[in-house]
Amino acid sequence: MTLLVAEGISKSFGGLHAVQAVSFRVADGEILGLIGPNGAGKTTLFHIISGFLPPDRGTIHYAGEPLAGLRPHDICQRGMVRTFQVTRPFQRLSVLENVVIGALQRVPHRRDAIRIAEEMLALTGLSEKARNPGHGLTIADRKRVELARALATRPRLLLLDEVMAGLNPGETDRLIELIRRVHAQGITIMLIEHVMKAVMSLSQRILVLSYGQLIAQGAPAEIVRNPQVIEAYLGEGYAELEP
Amino acid sequence: MIGRAALGIAAAAGLLVLPFYVPSTWQNLLITTFYYAYLGQAWNLLGGYAGQLSLGHAAFFGFGAYVSVLLQMHLGISPWIGMFGGALLAAVFSQGVGYLGFRFGLRGFYFILLTLAAAEICRLVALHLSILGGYTGIFIPFKPNPWQYQFQGKIPYYFIALALLAFGSAVVWLVQRSKFGSYLVAIREDEDASEALGVDTFRYKMIAYGLSAALTALGGTFYAYYQFYLQPNTVLNINHSVDIMIRPIVGGSGTILGPVLGAFLLELLGEFSRTYFAASLAGLNVAIYGVLLIVVVLFLPRGVYPSLRGWLRRVGGSAE
Repeated sequence: MTLLVAEGISKSFGGLHAVQAVSFRVADGEILGLIGPNGAGKTTLFHIISGFLPPDRGTIHYAGEPLAGLRPHDICQRGMVRTFQVTRPFQRLSVLENVVIGALQRVPHRRDAIRIAEEMLALTGLSEKARNPGHGLTIADRKRVELARALATRPRLLLLDEVMAGLNPGETDRLIELIRRVHAQGITIMLIEHVMKAVMSLSQRILVLSYGQLIAQGAPAEIVRNPQVIEAYLGEGYAELEP
Repeated sequence: MIGRAALGIAAAAGLLVLPFYVPSTWQNLLITTFYYAYLGQAWNLLGGYAGQLSLGHAAFFGFGAYVSVLLQMHLGISPWIGMFGGALLAAVFSQGVGYLGFRFGLRGFYFILLTLAAAEICRLVALHLSILGGYTGIFIPFKPNPWQYQFQGKIPYYFIALALLAFGSAVVWLVQRSKFGSYLVAIREDEDASEALGVDTFRYKMIAYGLSAALTALGGTFYAYYQFYLQPNTVLNINHSVDIMIRPIVGGSGTILGPVLGAFLLELLGEFSRTYFAASLAGLNVAIYGVLLIVVVLFLPRGVYPSLRGWLRRVGGSAE
């Protein structure tokens, strides 16, 4: 079954064609990677899907319904949630309270939301930091908070915007493991990522964006051998170096 | 826990007997303190919790004052009923301003300017409405009658102001513990992140604005029947909007005790500078008041209460 269908999405900022006629599908239950050089339009595409930016042209259907004109909170309520590339924890709120805000999407009372939030903190390994304030967290913890509070909204489709950026190898491995566990719970995931190890090992399919255009899509093994992708993004020799 | 409850009961009992044992000037001081603490609490909902700074609350205040007075003077309706008419109109007006501001995404300084402009429009319109007495204003004839919100002596006003403050604080307390309150704080911290997590930021800001405006209007009715004189250039003045917002900011906006603490501190500060400096040089007391205010804002940018709480925690170890 197809969960998300994007058709002919275009967006320009003045003379810059950030996204040009991009069409793709997200199947229910898959992990879909989105890669491409800086400025390729990946985050812009996420902004459009999640309702933060209206597309100039094109349509998006989520679970069979058109998303045109819906605001981000409507889209979140329907079960699609995104994280931000530049993490945005609620600075003056505790880690627990950050996640409670997400959980309140599904329950009307704070005490139920607190219970859900505590579960999410346990899942993401943040339980010990529940009382820490949102400011002053390490980058790895900020990424976890982003993920925990997005999960607290009980999404069906999770859009992750560079959650691995800035993490050391150990932290990266732990986060890959965490995303696998989230996926195992039946959550469909679309992720923008520059950390090749993460995209290649997690994704069942990968989309490649370059200068706003979709230049390739397919299984990770096909993508690393695609000459166009090598030229635009990966660079020569990548296919030989990586498994 | 028991110690805290006992402290609360003792404080409440103290406040109930206090006005009978202090001179009239002190009664006045306490009434003004409670009244500004109440207005601060109303402003706090929008400015402190939702983080939408309004510099135009005098307008809502004016609705409460004028609507109740006009209904009483022209139709004989008791201000106890009329004040809800004022609150309703203030809420409606806030939804108009809020729609303009929030629908078109005005944030920070731009929202502040919008609220200021709205209040200034109200002041200028009021000055040209003959029913409001123009520059002369309205004198409310004093006929002692509790049903008409008119009392002999200050003690009844003391209890009304205290009741208003208790009511306003109770509203804030309830909001703080609710989903609504949690969402307001999230909006203050980061609007986009809130939207992404499913918070209808527009709707919640509108509700906060309406509630804040209605509560402020109730304070306006109190003012009208405590002063018995309404003039657009005082009631609807920007200075008045500043008076409303400055107390929660100094005390600590976004906390329930901030506006109360701020109101007490500024009242003491104002009284102190009036008593000791007003006589020596005209305007010196205002200048000193201003300097002290700058010192507070400079050294305690988040307000007195959060700093005090942090300090108490450090001193008292882990005491929460």
